[in-house]
Amino acid sequence: MTSPATTPAPSPAAPKLLPSLAANPMLSSWIKFAPEGHVIVSPGKVEIGQGIVTALAQIAADELDVDLARVQMVRTTTAGSPNEGVTSGSLSVQHSGRAIRQACAEIRQMFLTAASDRLGVGTEVLAVSDGTISGPGNVQTSYWELAADVALDRPATPGIVPKSPDQRALAGESVQRLDVPDKVFGRPRFIQDTKLPGMLHGRVMRPELAAATLTSLNEDGARAVAGLVAIVRDGNFVGVVSETEAGAEAALKALRKSAAWSPGEALPDENHVSDWLKTQPAESSVISSKAASQPIETTQTIRRQYSRPYIAHGSIAPSCAMAQWTGDDRVRVWTHSQGVYLLRSDLSMVLKLPPDHITVEHMEGAGCYGHNAADDVALDAILLAKAAGGRPVRVLWSRADEMSHAPFGAAMRMEVEADLDAQGEIVAWRHTVWSNGHSARPGRPDMPGLLAGTELAKPFPRSISGNPPAANGGGGDRNSVPLYDFPSWHIESHRLLTMPVRTSALRTLGAQGNVFAIESFLDELAAERGEDPVEFRLRHMKDPRARDVISAAAKRANWKPAPRDGVGYGIGFARYKNTGAYCAVVAEIEGAEDISVKRLTLAVDVGEAINPDGVINQIEGGAIQATSWVLKERVRFDSTRITSNSWSEYPILRFTEVPEVDIEIIPRPDMEPLGAGEAAHGPVAAAIANAVYDALGVRVRDLPITRDSLIAAMELS
Amino acid sequence: MPIHFRLNGVETDIDADPDASLLSILRGQLGMIGPHFGCGANECGACNVLIGDHAVASCDTPLWSVADKDVTTIEGLGNPEAPHPLQRAFIAEQALQCGYCVSGILMSAAALLRQNPNPTNTDVRNALDRNLCRCGSHNRMVRAILRAAAEMQTP
Repeated sequence: MTSPATTPAPSPAAPKLLPSLAANPMLSSWIKFAPEGHVIVSPGKVEIGQGIVTALAQIAADELDVDLARVQMVRTTTAGSPNEGVTSGSLSVQHSGRAIRQACAEIRQMFLTAASDRLGVGTEVLAVSDGTISGPGNVQTSYWELAADVALDRPATPGIVPKSPDQRALAGESVQRLDVPDKVFGRPRFIQDTKLPGMLHGRVMRPELAAATLTSLNEDGARAVAGLVAIVRDGNFVGVVSETEAGAEAALKALRKSAAWSPGEALPDENHVSDWLKTQPAESSVISSKAASQPIETTQTIRRQYSRPYIAHGSIAPSCAMAQWTGDDRVRVWTHSQGVYLLRSDLSMVLKLPPDHITVEHMEGAGCYGHNAADDVALDAILLAKAAGGRPVRVLWSRADEMSHAPFGAAMRMEVEADLDAQGEIVAWRHTVWSNGHSARPGRPDMPGLLAGTELAKPFPRSISGNPPAANGGGGDRNSVPLYDFPSWHIESHRLLTMPVRTSALRTLGAQGNVFAIESFLDELAAERGEDPVEFRLRHMKDPRARDVISAAAKRANWKPAPRDGVGYGIGFARYKNTGAYCAVVAEIEGAEDISVKRLTLAVDVGEAINPDGVINQIEGGAIQATSWVLKERVRFDSTRITSNSWSEYPILRFTEVPEVDIEIIPRPDMEPLGAGEAAHGPVAAAIANAVYDALGVRVRDLPITRDSLIAAMELS
Repeated sequence: MPIHFRLNGVETDIDADPDASLLSILRGQLGMIGPHFGCGANECGACNVLIGDHAVASCDTPLWSVADKDVTTIEGLGNPEAPHPLQRAFIAEQALQCGYCVSGILMSAAALLRQNPNPTNTDVRNALDRNLCRCGSHNRMVRAILRAAAEMQTP
């Protein structure tokens, strides 16, 4: 990032490059033409099951006028891909997609100019069809014929205008994803399924107790296991390398039996996390403050507090990486990290090697839903591969380690207050959130964020999670500022400076908790007034796109269906990060003791939907995952260790519990495309809680909504 | 003594620890990477294979127990040239996001269709209840399985 103080302000008329292009201006770093008739596209964003690679291929094919089948997508690597930071925040279409569109638009113009020179006709009479450039009188050439004459090793030019929406053939079409066939035929696609020549297998021993240190270890049992190549120990970091995966598992088991650990550090009381958050030292900031244009008398103040627990990413695949050293000072690592350059920066700090001695290559993993152990296991593999004599080492975490040592989504406490005037109208709004930071991703300038780094004999400190700046949507404060038109508000965020439970980015960061609080509280206020919650929201909302999704979801769900015993309906709304996709949802729930969500009806506005089926898939998946968080999920721990380290201790929503999901996309082909992956979580959480209140008259303010929390809420009310 | 079984229709003899998990043998010595490791405790279904007509978690199945039996992995269900109707339907419905759980889910679905060629939506959900999907692709998968069942019913 450039500092505003040293950058001259551009004149309003001067066009600027898009951020991803400004950071990586060489056209050839994005697009190349292969002589056999392919277009090679190198994005800096990675596939995490969200379908981004297909959407980016669509954009390139569209802008260049080539068939989708001609587009080859290159996996992101520090050995040549553009540096687009991290694949997160639902920004891949906005960043990578718009950069590729812009680069392709310019490249198309360059080829038209070259074709005009070669064919002797003006560019205005040339047409491009599947890469063939033709003009009047059957003259023609192609991208591939001209490729040698068109130098793409030059920076992108600001101000190039891509095609208008009505000229695009592929954007807006639900094309089939490029990665799906491999996945249904069981062909190797995942890093977990990749085998390198001469590959060895590694495992790392991690303590059960939180932050325990190793006090003694007997290596004899592990050394006796057939196939053992090495036992690696550096302080509290201990791992084994074996010729076989079974050998690595057996050696690890033997090692674990012989290990003694210190008592470890105390964890908070899992039943009073919300209160505990408020007692911790914190960095406090005012996120937004808006004064009323004229003083209004308050006659009543209503206060409520809400909370959510720690939530696990719970990828179905344990994290995996492979690493291989060349000599003592060059290493290559294969990873499902969401940010190869950021990981490289952390590795460079830990290994004390210059970044250009480290090559970080992305390979697909399973869905991660944020910062899980992907980056940690990359360092594990590198440390173990040091003892492998130049052979590659694959490391796979265990399910238990994935569920207890990977970072969690931070627990949150939200206190919301509204001042009401004599008519019961909202005149002031206050929202305060307490939470650990929501990001400890690699890429901090001062210290690495990788688990093994904290375990070495000369350890790096455990970094306390921070929050991304407000310009990037914030972290604990994400979506804490209401989109509604209240006359005044004051929003504060307290980020904890202690971190006994490791936290980092989980899908939506703080937005799920904050939207749950705002949208629950709005419902409480509407109920106090006896006003319909949809009408109440619309009455306080000016943004037309927000109004459209709220109205569309309500209409689609026949708001509000006639009351039935044990059935309830609730609404929730948010615009993700207040700058991203709009989403409104109506939840239908059923039940008395155990809540089941029957149906979710959503309306979304993601601007231009590049691949509408991909958008629906993301929204639907987000809505179902959000239902799982709300009804089932809570990381469990006792005073010394995480106890929810298996699927039976950390249950998630099952096939028989999944609601029907019905989605309407509001068409906005002329608007900037917005990511869809995180739009639904907050609105769904609130809609379910509001529906529970509608059905049972019980207001659950502490997630998850389980039989226990319902009983607790009944006792409170 | 090598252990004998049929893997995707091919007579297979394997010399390995009989107590080793079927999954470790499939993915290791036999190079079948379709069945995925997810938990190692029969709690997620990512490693499901067919033994006879039943979907079984291969991570929790000792090698000795499949002696002389038929074992089918996702690789044996179909291939791009001759896809199983389930695989065709999963592509048509785009019934996945990350897809890591899919090879196990397809095997649970294949077992269901062998036992119940004409399942209801509820039958499908019950049959898949032990398979976990974290991306939220459940409803698409159910639709794809019903689509495949309908296609297989059509003469």
